[in-house]
Amino acid sequence: MPPTDTTPAVPAPEDDVPGVPLAKGAADPLPHGEAPGIRFEKVVKRFGGNVVLRELDFTVAPGERVTLIGPSGSGKTTILRLLMTLERVDGGIIRVGERPLSHMERGGRLVPANERHLHEMRKQIGMVFQQFNLFPNMNVLRNLTEGPVHVLGLSRDEAVERARGLLDMVGLADKIEAHPSQLSGGQQQRVAIARALAMRPKVLLLDEVTSALDPELVVGVQDLLRDIARQSDLTLLCVTHEMRFARDISDRVLMFDQGQIVEEGPPDQIFGEPRERRTRDFLQAVLAS
Amino acid sequence: MSEVLDSHPQLLQGAWITVQITVLGAVLALVLALAFGVAGAARAVWMRAVNRLYVEFFRGAAALVLMYWLFYSLPLVGLRFTPMAAAVLALGLNYGAYGAEVVRGSINAVPKAQYEAAVALNLRPAQRMRRVILPQAVALMLPPFGNLLIELMKATAVVSLVTIADLTFRAQQIQANTGETAATYALVLVVYFVIAQVLQRLVRLLEHRTERMLGRRPRRGALREVPAPAGGAPR
Ligand SMILES: Nc1ncnc2c1ncn2[C@@H]1O[C@H](COP(=O)(O)OP(=O)(O)O)[C@@H](O)[C@H]1O
Ligand SMILES: [Mg+2]
Repeated sequence: MPPTDTTPAVPAPEDDVPGVPLAKGAADPLPHGEAPGIRFEKVVKRFGGNVVLRELDFTVAPGERVTLIGPSGSGKTTILRLLMTLERVDGGIIRVGERPLSHMERGGRLVPANERHLHEMRKQIGMVFQQFNLFPNMNVLRNLTEGPVHVLGLSRDEAVERARGLLDMVGLADKIEAHPSQLSGGQQQRVAIARALAMRPKVLLLDEVTSALDPELVVGVQDLLRDIARQSDLTLLCVTHEMRFARDISDRVLMFDQGQIVEEGPPDQIFGEPRERRTRDFLQAVLAS
Repeated sequence: MSEVLDSHPQLLQGAWITVQITVLGAVLALVLALAFGVAGAARAVWMRAVNRLYVEFFRGAAALVLMYWLFYSLPLVGLRFTPMAAAVLALGLNYGAYGAEVVRGSINAVPKAQYEAAVALNLRPAQRMRRVILPQAVALMLPPFGNLLIELMKATAVVSLVTIADLTFRAQQIQANTGETAATYALVLVVYFVIAQVLQRLVRLLEHRTERMLGRRPRRGALREVPAPAGGAPR
């Protein structure tokens, strides 16, 4: 099931090849400036009786780019969903920057966050989903302007300008009026990436963003993300099975199994000389599939 | 037969009243359906309780009895309704309850991923509903709404019992004056049928518009450049 790291020999088809001319001078559409770090402190997450994360500790430095790998069901998506506040922790604390994400301070004590606190914290965080999840009731432009206008309070003109810059960057300037259903999977995912970046997040979460794509579209989207990662100051948390991509994009790789970190290190070490048995087995299984 | 046809001005007046009650009742039902339907899909327990209370009470109430109650009983406590108001209120409350179930079900049928994408964009709860979930739910609501609208239109026949001169009321008059039972009711059936057809057409039109909005059919004149992909935005 997990896609392999083998780079497809097939060149990307024409409808999906932007030259990715990123960051054109003045109108650089990418978020810049200090990004917050992330800290999981004894985080517990369970679904019913299934304990997915058992007192998980880890930190991501400001601006660091981290890839999570590990077998299916090991809790990688859960970690990203907790950060996006799509799930609530059952124990422990998650901090983004210095502030607690899952909790807020009330009279010197930490209590579970309310919607207002979550709204405040989400301003820093963006997520791209495996299945794109574009809004089918809006065209591409409105997918990109809805958040900036109604959440960030940009004027429509400002939001449109920002959207144009991002669509240019992802190579879909000509699709601005298109409907999501008129786009290929690769194009939809580019729009979804642009939509997330339009909110100028400081932390970007990528959950297997190429695994729903046809093989020939994968590389184009990966190259785009690699360039975005290199040319912005984002703190990046990325779940992927694609090792070439993980190497390209990350400073550090965390190998998960059953909600625990089995091994961590720079991509060259994890992929080149994994120390742990479970890492080796996992990498072998991924390569074989 | 010709006598019956000669009464067509009365018949048309009656039809106009029927259309008015249908439209007013439907507007009221729609407002109630949206308000209580959204409440029924909410997370807060008290909102869902309000939904249940409304739906269970008014879904079970026969429109006729409700109308009688509004018209004849409430004046006893000083609340007086015109026959028209009682009729519209009764039908609106009754069909609003059915509609609220449709709205609740449609909202719950929008993929959870859409809600999550709206959270990830940091839309506030009300914005998620209004800008993302409801527009997609509307596409699911329209076909059952079309059925309810026609049911409501047919149910307006009961208003003749509180002396409103609607289509059925006129039919009874004409039948009494002419003695032509078969011809009169045949003609009235046709008029009801025509009204139903017009309503059905209007709903279809709305369905097509929402489907275009959701990209399920090409906009007029616009060519699809790329076929819809597999694994696209969830439906
Ligand atoms: N909403 C949910 N309800 C119940 N169990 C869930 C839910 N989401 C995830 N899980 C369970 O949590 C575990 C970790 O899932 P996940 O984080 O998706 O793993 P990964 O992304 O590493 O494949 C799995 O056992 C999965 O079945
Ligand atoms: Mg996953």
